[in-house]
Amino acid sequence: MIPFLIYAAIFIASFFIVREVSKRVAIRDFTSLKTVTFGDESAVRSNRTASVVSILTLFLLWGMFTGSKLLPGFLHAPGPFEGVGTFEYTAQAGNDRDTAEVTVVVHPINQNTDAPEVEAGDGWAKNDSVAIGMWRSGLLRVDRNDEIGRGDGAQVVEVNGEKIAPGGSVDVGWGTVTLSDKGTPNIIPARGWQMESIWLPAPEAVWQRMVDIAQEGFRGSTLLQHLGISLYRVLAGFFFGALVGIPLGYAMGLSNWFRGWFDPIVEFMRPVPPLALIPLVIIWAGIGENGKVILLFLAALWIMAIAARSGVSGVKISKVHAAYSLGASKAQIMRHVIVPNSLPDIFTGARVAMGVCWGTVVAAELVAAERGAGMMIMVASKFQNTDIVIMGIILIGIIGFGIDMLMRYAESLLVPWKGKG
Amino acid sequence: MSGLSIENISMRFELPGGGHVQALKNVSLELKAGEIMSVLGPSGCGKTTLLNIVAGFLAPTEGQIVLNGHRVEGPDAERGMVFQQGALFEWMSVRDNVGFGPSMKGMPKNDKAEIVDHLLDVVGLQDFKEKAVYELSGGMQQRVALARCLANEPDVILMDEPLGALDALTREKMQSLVLKLWKETGKTIILITHSVEEALLIGERLLVMAPRPGRIHKEYRLPFADIGVDQDLREVKKHPEFAHRREEILGMIWDMEEEIMGRTEAAE
Repeated sequence: MIPFLIYAAIFIASFFIVREVSKRVAIRDFTSLKTVTFGDESAVRSNRTASVVSILTLFLLWGMFTGSKLLPGFLHAPGPFEGVGTFEYTAQAGNDRDTAEVTVVVHPINQNTDAPEVEAGDGWAKNDSVAIGMWRSGLLRVDRNDEIGRGDGAQVVEVNGEKIAPGGSVDVGWGTVTLSDKGTPNIIPARGWQMESIWLPAPEAVWQRMVDIAQEGFRGSTLLQHLGISLYRVLAGFFFGALVGIPLGYAMGLSNWFRGWFDPIVEFMRPVPPLALIPLVIIWAGIGENGKVILLFLAALWIMAIAARSGVSGVKISKVHAAYSLGASKAQIMRHVIVPNSLPDIFTGARVAMGVCWGTVVAAELVAAERGAGMMIMVASKFQNTDIVIMGIILIGIIGFGIDMLMRYAESLLVPWKGKG
Repeated sequence: MSGLSIENISMRFELPGGGHVQALKNVSLELKAGEIMSVLGPSGCGKTTLLNIVAGFLAPTEGQIVLNGHRVEGPDAERGMVFQQGALFEWMSVRDNVGFGPSMKGMPKNDKAEIVDHLLDVVGLQDFKEKAVYELSGGMQQRVALARCLANEPDVILMDEPLGALDALTREKMQSLVLKLWKETGKTIILITHSVEEALLIGERLLVMAPRPGRIHKEYRLPFADIGVDQDLREVKKHPEFAHRREEILGMIWDMEEEIMGRTEAAE
């Protein structure tokens, strides 16, 4: 809730700040002169500043709630208590009361610390000590070293002078002490608002982990090998999918018989998500490379077939007529009219297919694989290596985005006539 | 025998929901080589169907088209088509569009380049040779379409409302260009149009068709095309006979449209 409120506050505040600033350095282009902008889609342009602030905000929040060293300390959300805290408890046996002190050392969870030695002190209730990791809590049988223990009828009745009954709790300043049903104090040092790194590691930890894995590898393969094998599967699956799908789509666009024959199959397979095929493909082809490539082939096939088919159906009949009356043969019409006219559609299909394939390969690797981006994050999650999981997700996102950008670039380079017909 | 003869063409087809359409009934006419004829008529009179039959894109249910002594069976380079906008190949440059027909025939590069250069000169697009067609204005695109058709040396040129999408000024210039090309090349031309003025200006012969079933209503022989070859078209329009004919034909088409509306209302 708190992070969300901070996010909303930054969203609103930066909007007003950027608006004020940009008023002073306003761009006087044509769109800026439009008075009707609400409802005019062409007047809505993505605000670059907003994009930059948006990404920075995400990292800021990430850093704030993980205590990132990249941020100055005052920006951090309150962290968990670390250090030595004490409280006193008062035990009562019959009418006999005595007070002793408990020393608690709260230490970072990744380093082992022993409970410190403390003097026993006066009276029959003896002083205790315990070591607890940050974000953790600990039950402490304070009566164990006392001369009159629980078995002799002694009970903890006060903490720091405040009355406490089983089930109740007392704030000791650096944390809370609750009493269990049997009367054992449970010490809960303050957890603060920061996330434990097992839930969410700091950005620099993720970066450091990426550098490590890039150098040392993960599960016998380097980072590049993991990502490379995923990319290779996508490219191979897409290649075969296009190799079969495009001619199939053309045949469906050009022949009644082909269309009638394959329409039911294509229309049936189109809504089946490729992920649903994973179990069958594993049964048939195993978890090796073949299975992956077959799965991605199936994912790309229908998309490419439908794209090619709609590319052919999209040819304006007057263009085909014109070509025939200019003396072109069927083969020439195919080569010079139908193929170039369908390329924009095929490119659109290819972009969709690449996106679907990339998603599918990660999912397939999550299920079963020896290498690959999906396998990397799946195995890491089993060992609670959240930093690797997050790194993997970020890399998968970046690669997917990169693929789409490359496809767009290739499209503008290879089919500049798209949408100009 | 040279020339185009349309012999007793009828076209009747069934509708998917039952019933049938008689798109054309017993249409016959002879066109001598080098004649230019415009075709007018209210919508639904079958003029585009007739043109598609002559082009060979549709088979008539009765009758036949005979060009230069042989029967038309399908589309062929001897009958060139100029469509309304959007029939150019947007993936090719202006030069490749114009050179499309010669390329398909496998003409040697040098010969092709010569033809393309000549035609681009004729239509005034020499400077736009390397441009993509979608970079040109509508009028320029139609000039490319004319040049592309001429590059193939067809005997007959069929024009399906080629100037319909152009603005008035460009349209007038293009009408002059069509007349000029007709005179220079001596091609047989059939031009379909919705504009009575255009039909009068361009048609040496003018065919008015009537709908339901599509048939020839009346034919005119007009002097304006010959006059317009050397004269400003605006001067031609001032001709007293021009105004007279225009009113006559407009009235004729008006009556037909009224009749269709009346019939449709009666049917409802």
